[in-house]
Amino acid sequence: MAEYKPIRKVVSGNYAAAYAVKHARVQVVAAYPITPQTSIIEKVAEFIANGEADIQYVPVESEHSAMAACIGASAAGARAFTATSAQGLALMHEMLHWASGARLPIVMVNVNRAMAPPWSVWDDQTDSLAQRDTGWMQFYAENNQEVYDGVLMAFKIAETVNVPAMVIESAFILSHTYDVVEMIPQELVDEFLPPRKPLYDLADFSRPFSVGALGTPADYYEFRYKIAKAMEDAKEVIKDVGKEFGERFGRDYSDMIEKGYVDDADFIFMGMGSLMGTVKEAVDLLRKEGYKVGYAKVRWFRPFPKEELKEIAESVKGIAVLDRNFSFGQEGILFNEAKGVLYNTSARPIIKNYIVGLGGRDFTVKDAKAIAEDMKKIIEAGKLDREVEWYHLKR
Amino acid sequence: MAESPFKADIERVQKEYSEKMTPGAIVYIPGSSVINKTGSWRVFMPEFNREKCTRCYLCYIYCPEPAIYLDEEGYPVFDYDYCKGCGICANECPVGAITMVREAK
Amino acid sequence: MEIPENVKKRLSIPAEEHFFAGHTACQGCGAALGLRYVLKAYGRRTIVVIPACCSTIIAGAWPYNTLDANLFHTAFETTGAVLGGIEAALKARGIKVKGEDGVMVVGWAGDGGTADIGLQALSGFLERGHDAVYIMYDNEAYMNTGIQRSSSTPYGAWTTNTPGGKKHFLEKRHKKKVIDIVIAHNPPYAATASVAYPEDFIRKLKKAQKIPGPSFIQLFSPCPTGWRAPTDKSIEIARLAVQTAYFPLFEYENGKYKINMPNPKKEPKPIEEFLKLQGRFKYMTKEDIENLQNWVLREWEKLKKLAEVFG
Repeated sequence: MAEYKPIRKVVSGNYAAAYAVKHARVQVVAAYPITPQTSIIEKVAEFIANGEADIQYVPVESEHSAMAACIGASAAGARAFTATSAQGLALMHEMLHWASGARLPIVMVNVNRAMAPPWSVWDDQTDSLAQRDTGWMQFYAENNQEVYDGVLMAFKIAETVNVPAMVIESAFILSHTYDVVEMIPQELVDEFLPPRKPLYDLADFSRPFSVGALGTPADYYEFRYKIAKAMEDAKEVIKDVGKEFGERFGRDYSDMIEKGYVDDADFIFMGMGSLMGTVKEAVDLLRKEGYKVGYAKVRWFRPFPKEELKEIAESVKGIAVLDRNFSFGQEGILFNEAKGVLYNTSARPIIKNYIVGLGGRDFTVKDAKAIAEDMKKIIEAGKLDREVEWYHLKR
Repeated sequence: MAESPFKADIERVQKEYSEKMTPGAIVYIPGSSVINKTGSWRVFMPEFNREKCTRCYLCYIYCPEPAIYLDEEGYPVFDYDYCKGCGICANECPVGAITMVREAK
Repeated sequence: MEIPENVKKRLSIPAEEHFFAGHTACQGCGAALGLRYVLKAYGRRTIVVIPACCSTIIAGAWPYNTLDANLFHTAFETTGAVLGGIEAALKARGIKVKGEDGVMVVGWAGDGGTADIGLQALSGFLERGHDAVYIMYDNEAYMNTGIQRSSSTPYGAWTTNTPGGKKHFLEKRHKKKVIDIVIAHNPPYAATASVAYPEDFIRKLKKAQKIPGPSFIQLFSPCPTGWRAPTDKSIEIARLAVQTAYFPLFEYENGKYKINMPNPKKEPKPIEEFLKLQGRFKYMTKEDIENLQNWVLREWEKLKKLAEVFG
């Protein structure tokens, strides 16, 4: 392995994604503009225009067609990428199912944005979490570095298990905010991510085939099991690729849940994405003040890291689950899934759901500290006051 | 009567078709539909009168299955394993060399 | 058994067969015949994209496959977009598309999946200029789901959601002219064809193969089941559609119109000859038939004028 000398650039989350697309040697990008994803595609177009990237760019007429075009491109053996957000992601829902059913390792960056109405362009996780049943892997990036690393790893993992993957970043907080990102020289990326070996290739006529024909009740069940099994197998691949990434480039991603002070905490914050960056700061401050608090940042929401969660839950008395999303008629989605995972185990921490930051409402260190106060009282009392707390509710 | 060009695949199809559930529901056997002998759909079957035939090839051209192919001299050969009895060949034949007769089963 | 060489030479269409019997199309299906012709024209090095339509089933349920070419099943409204994606991938991989030795990327979609739900993707496909061929096989209704009307259903037709009855609730809108919408995009090549004229259809397919950029062919494919017609009359109906100028065959190439059939100098056959063979038209009143005949002649005049001015 050649020595890794990182190239440091000050870029937004969107530009970091675009650089990752270039370095991953993506061959086809089919995308439709939507705020706040647009600068990803603009940057990719810039790379194509000045000869830095050899990508076929298909400016489709809707997000549904964007995913359909990526599906066609991936089925014809190319490495395909697209990006979208909120309404666009919702529009391509049908084709998300198609991509996973057809076993195509497409990688997509979704910029978490609130669903309309009312119209909102700001950070909210409901859009991506609403797609959790479509058979796509989901990686939530905490900062611009994780966006860049995430896209590179996503291609490798997706192409190994033939399950598509989405890398998710926050609207504006990451997508448009500039930060230092360490990028990897092209030769080293090529070593890490070799050319794709497709499961099937429409351009190969040596043995003509058809894909996706009608599956009667006698057969459909087994085809779906294959996808489920691939998702399960993906857990090991995620850990291996995360470990390899750490060995090559110094940033280890072998944990599906990034832990902080879990062994030395009465209670922990649990959440996904950029709000965990805020939480990390709050935890440092709180610990200085004597609070026994930690955090569990869920990196991969699909496949859900059940074993890791069980282990964490066994060593704490309380978990404050921060959900920047909500499933109407139920509760926060991460909270709901985490609670479900723990039911059949002996781990019984007090778990409370805090609905924060919907539609981009600011979630600050002050808010995290207030929640820590609340959790401390609950743990001392030994029981929940209420399961779900709409933290920001003003009126 | 010459053999159907599709029949050669049937044994291979029967052996391979349940070989493995390919991810993505892929079918690797082109023409595996030959295992389905649609000739059983017929009520009427085409009866061919070789003397009248002028070898215009229209029946071969217009058969939607296709269940008609041409022998060394260019006369149509009807594959009754697959002929659904639609009657297009009889309707299009310009000299009435094909008549649809009710099949006695 | 191959067709012998001496016979092959005298055939007016290619002898190679890449479409196998045993498929589950209805007796007398025009769509099955159309797909057979497409594969004769393009051979094995073809990627066929089929959205949800009758052909999804005709091409075979798992594990059956009727085609000797690569086939990608896709969602209903996505044919145009998937064609674009496949073509982009082939270009990215340096694989030649179209031309004599190139790979043919063909979309084979029904009228519902093109004129209605697939119109957006078709428009995008044409506008972006992908090197692929989009063929709309027109059986004038959503046949696969049980004969519901589409925007391509003609005036006065019975379908399951325009079933006539006491209120005379038939299809009261004229056929949407998809070919006009396509021509408005100014593609390098667009044409209409009919399964009753296979040499013409295959000639147009071969032309589409050579002309770079997006090509569109609307193929008139009778459906005896949905049109309530005798199964042996499919070709005759397809022929009469052309001869009555209900579905004239013409080409649009580089901005020029060329009428193939029927002969513009002669009077087309009266529309009744086309209508009387099909049960779906039996509820039409005299006014309905007149209405339809006037529409046919008006559209025919328009086309003749276009061919004169832009010929």
